[in-house]
Amino acid sequence: MKINTLKRHFRESFKSLGRNGWMMFASASAVTITLLLVGVFFVIILNMNKFASDIENDVEIRVHIDLAAKAADRERLESEIESLDAVNSVKFSSKQQELKELVKRMGDDFKLFQQDNPLYDVFIVKTKQPTDTPKVAAQIQKMDHVESVIYGKGKVEKLFHVLSICRNVGVVLIIALLLTAMFLISNTIKITIFARRKEIEIMKLVGATNWFIRWPFLLEGLWLGILGSILPIVLISFGYYSVYKIVEPKLQNNIIHMLDISPFIYGVDGLLLVLGVCIGIWGSSMSIRRYLKV
Amino acid sequence: MIELKDVYKKYPNGVMAVSGLNIKINQGEFVYIVGPSGAGKSTLVKLIYREEKPTSGDVIVNGVNLSKLRDKRIPYFRRQIGVVFQDFKLLPTLTVYENIAFALEVIEQEPSYIRSRVMEVLDQVGLKNKARMLPSELSGGEQQRVSIARSIVNMPKVVIADEPTGNLDPETSWDIMKILEDINVTGTTVVMATHNRDIVNTNKHRVIAIEGGKVVRDEQLGGYGYED
Repeated sequence: MKINTLKRHFRESFKSLGRNGWMMFASASAVTITLLLVGVFFVIILNMNKFASDIENDVEIRVHIDLAAKAADRERLESEIESLDAVNSVKFSSKQQELKELVKRMGDDFKLFQQDNPLYDVFIVKTKQPTDTPKVAAQIQKMDHVESVIYGKGKVEKLFHVLSICRNVGVVLIIALLLTAMFLISNTIKITIFARRKEIEIMKLVGATNWFIRWPFLLEGLWLGILGSILPIVLISFGYYSVYKIVEPKLQNNIIHMLDISPFIYGVDGLLLVLGVCIGIWGSSMSIRRYLKV
Repeated sequence: MIELKDVYKKYPNGVMAVSGLNIKINQGEFVYIVGPSGAGKSTLVKLIYREEKPTSGDVIVNGVNLSKLRDKRIPYFRRQIGVVFQDFKLLPTLTVYENIAFALEVIEQEPSYIRSRVMEVLDQVGLKNKARMLPSELSGGEQQRVSIARSIVNMPKVVIADEPTGNLDPETSWDIMKILEDINVTGTTVVMATHNRDIVNTNKHRVIAIEGGKVVRDEQLGGYGYED
């Protein structure tokens, strides 16, 4: 393509944006709203994923060892647990250590138990896949010298279930929103094409190539996508920044944490821009194909 | 040279617009296409500039077989053809100059060439002094002259005019004829579909009469032959 032609395509696409100002405003707004929703959803879902994996990684199985078990029995049990495929790590914690932990958490009143420690020696087992936890717990339960197994039965399964539903619903919603925005852009470009059908007819008549006719419309869609993505990028960046500043201090001692602002939010911004551009170009190429018949 | 060999054209709605056309037009000829409304004149014109594709048969223009021309090549073929319509087909927001320059811009000519070439054709149709006006500020005859200027700005070998005087009063029509004949004198083939009896009978050229999608008469220096 010659440089003059390229300049002409840019000029034409800008002219057209100005000419159909309100229509352009409407479809850029559609992109804005869509991207805003997509962006907010995206941020929420990714953070929920983060929370989920934070929680998942914290899930552990506490194996209470039979009081009657001797050191040799304990070692045998440990190697037996370690031999399970799904097990990642096994850590021993004696009942003295357990009591110290308890006193740290609950206060000095529990020091009373130092005379007669009622706690068990414990193996803390972590699985490779958090979702394997119930299965592994059941296997350990059957082994010798195991008094009881604790892993938050029921709660863990429920958590995993809710998380996977949230992820799926989010993905479906995002796809639906994207399709809506594409539809709106494609309608706008359709109107531009309709308004310029005489021009297109003459272009074809005097021998303009199809790509020559297509370019300004593609660029127009591209501008719409970029224009529409500016506001969502700004709002989501500042929004996430403010929420992070408020929420994160409160989570200080918690196992869950929000995703760090950088590089996460730049990634989201980039994604929104790319999405805007794709929506714009895709929307306009749909219209061109259907209404230009070039 | 334009050649139609046993051309049939059936539209999707079932209308048989052209059935068995055989026409040969040599380079540099001036040909009138006459015939009643719905005879197939416009279809013939559209077949020549490849707006329509024949259902069967061959249309050969400037050595290109249009039945076999790939869609991608159509724009390049059109650049060798000038087309003029009854309704001028000018862009209302562009000036006279811009309307003509448009035809060269879209085929990516150099700006310096465009400037000189557009002024040249404006001079040819006698509208040099109206270059900066909008089509709406011109008379019908002047608008048609702009449209003719645009059709010849590419220096085509063939100019096709579909009822170029259809919207014009008789006097203006003669001006248009003068321009088309001047173009023809330089060696350009001119094919003109028309209903204008006076013009056909006065400015004698080859006449091809079409009825029911077939050639019913083809004579050199013929007359209009219809009492409409």
